[in-house]
Amino acid sequence: MKRLLLALFCLLSFSVYANEPTPTQEEATDKEAFSPGEMILHHIGDAHEWHFATLGDENEHGTHFTIPLPVIAYRPSQGLSVFSSSQLAEGKTYQGLKLEHEHLVSEDGSKVYDFSITKNVASLILSAVLLLLVFTAVARGYAKRGSGAPKGIQSFFEPIIVFVRDEVAKKSIGPKYERYMPYLLTVFFFIWFNNLLGLLPGGANLTGNIAVTLTLAVLTLLITLFSSNKNYWHHIFATPGVPKPLLPIMIPVEIIGIFVKPFSLMVRLFANITAGHIVILSFISLIFIFRNIGVAPVTLAFGLFINMLELLVAILQAYIFTLLTAMYIGGAVEEHHDADYQIGGGDGPEQAHAHAH
Amino acid sequence: MQIVTPELGLIFWQLVIFGIVLILLRAFAWKPILSSLKERESSIEGALRMADQAKLEMQQLKAGNEKLLAEARMERDRILKEATDVSNQLIEQAKNKANEEGARMIVQAREAIQNEKNAALAEVKNTAAKLSIDIAERILRRELADQPAQQQLVDSYLQEVKLN
Repeated sequence: MKRLLLALFCLLSFSVYANEPTPTQEEATDKEAFSPGEMILHHIGDAHEWHFATLGDENEHGTHFTIPLPVIAYRPSQGLSVFSSSQLAEGKTYQGLKLEHEHLVSEDGSKVYDFSITKNVASLILSAVLLLLVFTAVARGYAKRGSGAPKGIQSFFEPIIVFVRDEVAKKSIGPKYERYMPYLLTVFFFIWFNNLLGLLPGGANLTGNIAVTLTLAVLTLLITLFSSNKNYWHHIFATPGVPKPLLPIMIPVEIIGIFVKPFSLMVRLFANITAGHIVILSFISLIFIFRNIGVAPVTLAFGLFINMLELLVAILQAYIFTLLTAMYIGGAVEEHHDADYQIGGGDGPEQAHAHAH
Repeated sequence: MQIVTPELGLIFWQLVIFGIVLILLRAFAWKPILSSLKERESSIEGALRMADQAKLEMQQLKAGNEKLLAEARMERDRILKEATDVSNQLIEQAKNKANEEGARMIVQAREAIQNEKNAALAEVKNTAAKLSIDIAERILRRELADQPAQQQLVDSYLQEVKLN
């Protein structure tokens, strides 16, 4: 799985891969040289502290504007330890733990389970609070005005909610859409809000983190599997219209298909958001690479353009993730509507039964 | 390749926090929002259907009114026609009656004239008879006095009668 991901990532974002070896070379020759690869990876990656800016020298005497975040580490031998990430700043060791490239390791090399409130987790909590505040406010509007015309924040989100319901859920899932509306709406607004939060200066790259997209994709997979009906499995294990001798080939393909769908969801969101961040950061890096203020207008113009594009991508990716989730669920709960052009011989009475419902 | 390695901690927090958000939003946002949206849509739909129904009823009412009006018009025409007929008939009757009366009166007048004529003739006859008797009486009174004179007298009387 990891190797597959790696290969895929190399294909998706070649530029980052190309940047990767540069820091070590540059560090060897010039300690103060700017290495865009390292900077970009630092920005799109997770961190144990929330770093906003540094004034002055980056490595020695500079002033760091950071918010220390709690580190929560579990070691089977020593149990749970909770402390501020400022204890680990600049490579310090605390309670036998230290940070190696933002990765929590123990000094003696024993296993550490890192449940720290990292930058991404903090951003996640922030977005959760934001989502709850915004949508309880929207719900209050409905409680107050009943079935009257929407107003304020309610009228901003209503068309979006109606769009998700009518264009995504109803069309992709069909008559049983109502059960899945809470998940679809939550996923849509979760991804959208976090995409936008990620675009803010100093924001965390949460939806561009593979762990987040993996979790969302697994949730979609689980919902699809748990709501699947017998038609879904019938399609996989006895694909209608496929001759019996071909089934040994078709069944593995169909089973791989079950997992490829959420896998594509995971990679699509991750790659799109991360790539957007990388492109913006690359344009900004150009100023420091050329060490020339004259480049700034050009790179800023391009950066602004990409940023505008990312605003579009933010909602587009939320829509695509939601739409595909709805389509996968729709495929799992679908009744035999397309029975007419299926050649399967033995399922006559079954079809009749399905139609009777 | 740290960025394509999912971290356990973040997966854990993502599951927990996303789960909490999902459950809370489901209870406090999506359910009330979706139900009031549905309610509003059904009320709008109901209002539209009612408006359509009202429109249909109005049309029916209008059509009924027009039918009623047309019927009333026909009734009026019929009554007018009947009245004209009746008046014409009355005029005709009156005319006929007048004619008849006139004819009857003419007949009566004729009859009266005839009667008068007959009466006059009868009187003339009576007068003639009386005259004859008078003449005869006078003749009989003068019989013995003068024969030739008698003859002369008779002759003169007869001459008189002829003159009448």
